[in-house]
Amino acid sequence: MGRQDPALARLIDQVRAARDHRVPVEIRGGGTKIFYGGPPKGEPLGVTGLKGISSYEPTELVVTVRAGTPLGDLEAALEEQGQCLPFEPPRFAPGGTVGGMVAAGLSGPARANVGAVRDHVLGVTLLTGRGEVLNFGGQVAKNVAGYDVSRLIAGSLGILGVLCEVSLKVLPINRVTATLSFDWDESRALEQLNLWASQPLPVNASAWHEGRLHVRLAGAGAAVSAACGKLSGTAVAPDAAGTWWLGLRDQTEEFFALSEANLARGECLWRLSLPSTAAPVKLPGRQLIEWHGAERWWRTHAEAREVRGAAARAGGHATLVRGADKSGGVFTPVSDVLLRIHRGLKQAFDPAGILNPGRLYAEL
Amino acid sequence: MNTSLRSDPPVDILREQRQAEVVAALTQVLPRGAILFRHEDTAPYECDALTAYRTSPMVVALPETESQVASILKLCHRMGVPIIARGAGTGLSGGATPHARGVILSLAKFNKILKIDPKACTAVVQCGVRNVAISEAAAPYGLYYAPDPSSQIACTIGGNVAENSGGVHCLKYGLTLHNVLRVRGFMVDGTPVEFGSGALDAPGLDLISVIVGSEGMLAVITEVTVKLIPKPQLARCIMASFDDIESAGAAVASVIARGIIPAGLELMDKEMTAAVEAFVHADYDLNAAAILLCESDGTPEEVAEEIARMEEVLTLAGASRLEVSRDEAQRVKFWSGRKNAFPASGGISPDYMCMDSTIPRKRLAEMLRAIQQMQSKYGLRCVNVFHAGDGNLHPLILFDAEDPDQLRRCELFGADILETSVRLGGTITGEHGVGLEKLNSMCVQFSPAERAQFLAVKQAFDPLELLNPGKVIPTLHRCAEYGKMHVHRGMLPFPDVPRF
Repeated sequence: MGRQDPALARLIDQVRAARDHRVPVEIRGGGTKIFYGGPPKGEPLGVTGLKGISSYEPTELVVTVRAGTPLGDLEAALEEQGQCLPFEPPRFAPGGTVGGMVAAGLSGPARANVGAVRDHVLGVTLLTGRGEVLNFGGQVAKNVAGYDVSRLIAGSLGILGVLCEVSLKVLPINRVTATLSFDWDESRALEQLNLWASQPLPVNASAWHEGRLHVRLAGAGAAVSAACGKLSGTAVAPDAAGTWWLGLRDQTEEFFALSEANLARGECLWRLSLPSTAAPVKLPGRQLIEWHGAERWWRTHAEAREVRGAAARAGGHATLVRGADKSGGVFTPVSDVLLRIHRGLKQAFDPAGILNPGRLYAEL
Repeated sequence: MNTSLRSDPPVDILREQRQAEVVAALTQVLPRGAILFRHEDTAPYECDALTAYRTSPMVVALPETESQVASILKLCHRMGVPIIARGAGTGLSGGATPHARGVILSLAKFNKILKIDPKACTAVVQCGVRNVAISEAAAPYGLYYAPDPSSQIACTIGGNVAENSGGVHCLKYGLTLHNVLRVRGFMVDGTPVEFGSGALDAPGLDLISVIVGSEGMLAVITEVTVKLIPKPQLARCIMASFDDIESAGAAVASVIARGIIPAGLELMDKEMTAAVEAFVHADYDLNAAAILLCESDGTPEEVAEEIARMEEVLTLAGASRLEVSRDEAQRVKFWSGRKNAFPASGGISPDYMCMDSTIPRKRLAEMLRAIQQMQSKYGLRCVNVFHAGDGNLHPLILFDAEDPDQLRRCELFGADILETSVRLGGTITGEHGVGLEKLNSMCVQFSPAERAQFLAVKQAFDPLELLNPGKVIPTLHRCAEYGKMHVHRGMLPFPDVPRF
């Protein structure tokens, strides 16, 4: 993207000034995910001036879009061409940006089958903490020139650079989808989900909550109807199914709605990322399971130590997605050797430590 | 290729002293038989599959346990000795080319499949396990490992991780990165490290994205957990002929535009088709300007529906001949030529140089026309195979390495293809890696600040730059020199001087 672009030129000046004066900045898109990660610190650095789709070639399955573009605008443009972001990024509220989507690195219900945000990032234009505008990756799906810095940016919460533009791989919208429900307890649901995962079925998403499993099938019409016959279960009406999956994707479902009062009373929303075959996790509170068992959401009053302990014993990690008290950290701490690498990378991209300090880990 | 461009002088007293020191130190941590240093023993390690680039390694170490790997790394780190990890040596870009003062860390003995978990759909394997062996071990459970580089019978999963290897099915099933959950290994100083996790993500920065495709420059990987997927019940392939390259390129775009993601979508030009037909006798259409192989896989219902749609699109796109595989035997026959493109090229020329750039699909015809002009410009022939679905082009430049001028022209031809690819919005390497081969082209694709950033990333993992030094990231000096040569391209001074 052109450096003479006024919005980019302004950002470069702001970042360089912050670098020179060592003033922390908080990179700000639509502000829909401020709750996620460590508490923001520093002067807000608005990126919504970087707006618009730079190029979109449906037959290349690639879109290049500036980071401040509203996610809704991008998805509407894709839908016009019968395409989509298959990883279903959560939107939480209207107004979120493409840059925020990449920086948060969150993916929705289809993630276990189609991959995460980072799997669809092909290239980035990044304004580093050094004040340099750099391009990594590109606009093609197969590209191994240099280290894959572009995918590293997905989920980095802005600690390495200000995302200016991103190229994403997009896919056709599934031709046919169908949703089935099953009244099964947690163990039975997990067991079946694991079994189905090893069979050639067009399963695209699943969610278990309070004794009921929903399974979404997607793909060619013939394959979906054959699978419906094979799995039995109760067919869910398309409208109701659409509302259900949308509520999960955007976390607007009742389960995810923690009021200020809930939070004040110490209830938290935790995301446990586990091997899909992990046995049922025992914690006080309510649970919702996605990704065929690999993602287990908990609304609980349990202490952070208890939740992290349960996740670790199950072979995974836990993230405090919503909670009043984040003093114990949001993300599971990494090993000493990985922390050393994190520090080295932070130093490499943002030596003055000005970009989104503390958003990922307190020491970065 | 037989030409040897040695970068080390035949006798070097300092090197011999250093070699003796390193061998003595290694003897403390490895059995004698696992340390090679006599020329006759180390000769097989002089190059990988980029045979034009050779260097005699100072020492080859063949550990068989992780603790031996850690000890070797600690020792080399302490002594400041470069370490070049090596799998099967099938890499095409010189990623495993030795360092004259370095140790080749051969991981060939790490060849055990540790666990196949059919319930979790994962396999835990040591880094030296061959790609195809994973799918063979998973087959009894109806599962397989999707990325299938053409060298899959020989290449190792560790090498696949280092290069982020692709294959003919990656349009639908992704690259190595998309199919690896966790890697374990060691940092340059011997500290054990694990990237990724048994879950679908890991806390912190997504470091596995950087590790996969890092060409052995950030860490040494000894164990890999891969994702297995259910083997499709059925696969069928359409072989379509086109009278000109333009309509073949347009057909590829039409397939995608119709919302179809084929399991494989491959293109061969007329010259390539003639070469492979002579090699495999698969009844390819020798009159076609281009042949497209378009595959569908899945359940029988899915495949029937998709094949019908593919046939319709390809017919509309102007295919002059269309044949759908009747059965598995015929499908394999359709693919036999494509899978044997490289050996077939070896059959029509003493040597060939395989390029690996990616371009946006829509620029295909333009690219092939440019390559045609380059054939006359450099006086060499070039045949083309193309992962059309994802824009990854493999032009094979035919030459005779016995003739130094042909080798020189071949290198210029290759660099020209890569630069054209960058100009068309693509990249210098889609799946083979930069290694030593494409160092100059990195100067074209990346700015000095971007290359400096790559170096800073390396230093975050390997501050002393001991892991596979001199690969992937060209020095400023080298790029400056290449820039100068660039101006006088075709009139290169001192063409016989090695430049890597």
